[in-house]
Amino acid sequence: MTTFLTLDGLTKKFGTHLAVDGLSLEVEKGEFIALLGPSGCGKTTTLQMIAGFVDPTAGAIRLEGRDLLAIKPAKRGLGIVFQSYALFPHMTVAENVAFGLEMQGVAAAERTKRVAETLELVGLGAFAARFPRQMSGGQQQRVALARALVIRPNILLLDEPLSNLDAKLREEMQIELRQIQRTVGTTTILVTHDQAEAMALSDRIVVMNQGRAEQIGPPHEAYERPATPFVANFLGKTNLVNGTTVRPEKISFAVSGLAGKVRTRIFQGNHWLYQVDTDSGLVTVIRQNTGETMPAEGDQVHLAWGATP
Amino acid sequence: MGRHAVRAAPYLLSLPALLLFAGVVVVPLLMTVLLSFHDWGQYKGIEPVFILKNWHEVLTDSYFLEMFGRTFRIAFFVTLLAAMFGAPEAYILNRMKSPWRGLFLLVILGPLLISVVARTLGWALLFGGNSGLVNKALMSAGLISAPLPFMFTETGMVVALAHVLMPYMVLAVWAALQRLDPQIENAAVALGAGPFTVLRRIVLPQVMPGILSGAIIVFALAASAFATPAIIGGRRLKVASTLAYDEFLNTLNWPLGAAVAVLLLVALVAIVVGASRLVERRYAQVFG
Repeated sequence: MTTFLTLDGLTKKFGTHLAVDGLSLEVEKGEFIALLGPSGCGKTTTLQMIAGFVDPTAGAIRLEGRDLLAIKPAKRGLGIVFQSYALFPHMTVAENVAFGLEMQGVAAAERTKRVAETLELVGLGAFAARFPRQMSGGQQQRVALARALVIRPNILLLDEPLSNLDAKLREEMQIELRQIQRTVGTTTILVTHDQAEAMALSDRIVVMNQGRAEQIGPPHEAYERPATPFVANFLGKTNLVNGTTVRPEKISFAVSGLAGKVRTRIFQGNHWLYQVDTDSGLVTVIRQNTGETMPAEGDQVHLAWGATP
Repeated sequence: MGRHAVRAAPYLLSLPALLLFAGVVVVPLLMTVLLSFHDWGQYKGIEPVFILKNWHEVLTDSYFLEMFGRTFRIAFFVTLLAAMFGAPEAYILNRMKSPWRGLFLLVILGPLLISVVARTLGWALLFGGNSGLVNKALMSAGLISAPLPFMFTETGMVVALAHVLMPYMVLAVWAALQRLDPQIENAAVALGAGPFTVLRRIVLPQVMPGILSGAIIVFALAASAFATPAIIGGRRLKVASTLAYDEFLNTLNWPLGAAVAVLLLVALVAIVVGASRLVERRYAQVFG
């Protein structure tokens, strides 16, 4: 497979602050990439450099071998969904979605057809005549997605697209976003600080920290075999026991093993979250709720995992 | 405190302000309205009777029609000029970074900090007759053969009024610009819009309510302005406010002056209320 989008030593300095530090990444056509990291890690700056709103200090961006930096932002043909959605409040939903097609000079009849198709795709077929402020956050989010997709972009850039939605809606939108991306097959780059979102949606995760990529790989691999302690900590909870890193859900209660006493037990519906005092320090344990009776606070327990010491 | 006292508290607390408002605005205004129905004669002075003579005169005499026509014509062009210059000014100001933004905001607000009289005399010094600085320079450069007419012209009044009222437009548009989503221009650019299209299709429609509310303020202030028309137009080129002033203080025909003043007020209120209704209805659905 050939590389579709290449970031080559991409660097951005703001004054003396190095926002993005020599980021290199190769993206294949149709891939869903997540740029994941805490705020200030350079993920948004990277996205803005691809979009053309920020000029890199050094490095190159190539799209199918062409130098993307030589192309004006308006001519790059990228679809962008902004965190704030940035819908045009004075236009109806249909007008918002049609805007990009109008700029491309698509004929009116074709425009109407494609706008209707795309609104149908995001499940907003009946809302074409509404104004953005008459819609809920989730619906506005879909309009923003439709507006970005209707122009059949080379790349879809998603800037924290779900962060303004409540938890339940966010989960629904994750599933839907994934399905839509699969349907249209657009190469997608998602910027997020939410590790669950990144893992749920993407084919590969780029874990970023202080402007650098700490690890690039499939979500499962990054989770199971984190390259650095930063990645391990950022992609979920970890325990450091006797020098080895163990995920809390890999630890079970057993008849023998590391001895300890349950300090706290928290019920979270589908699982139990334990904090156990041991000789090796405080250990976090996650056990699935199977309906069985579980150790209570104050109970003496033994902990075991894959390679029990 | 009893329940009644609690309920009465807000009214009692606002009573002093209400009394002041009634004393200095409502009562004199009602007296002016009453005055406009009184009679007046050169030798008999003001007679407290109820007649429609002044109103008939003001509404039918072509002299008054001309004055009011001029007043609103000037206010219209001042508003147009303020919008044409003020809106782009606000846009540029909004894109500036500190400290430049603060500095230029001060420059824009400058006219409000200078006395109306001093500022208008400044315009007179630049353009007034043969001795005006700009006229002199242009004539000696051979660009014009006669001084640009400024004093005692409607153009002069429009320019000087637009200068002083510009800040109101800039501030109104600026407030609208600050409500704009900071990413909205980028969103349009990413969809393929050029800079001019972004301004025309995305920014302008969204700041239109700001421009219109600025226009209402500027129009009302321009139509009721006194000092600038008085200095530039003098008694040769009168507008409604200078006309009322003359009736009161030169002719001493208070009832007629009152009729002019009340008519100006009524016309202005009608225009302003009508315009803001229109704006609200037009944009309620979109911006609310």
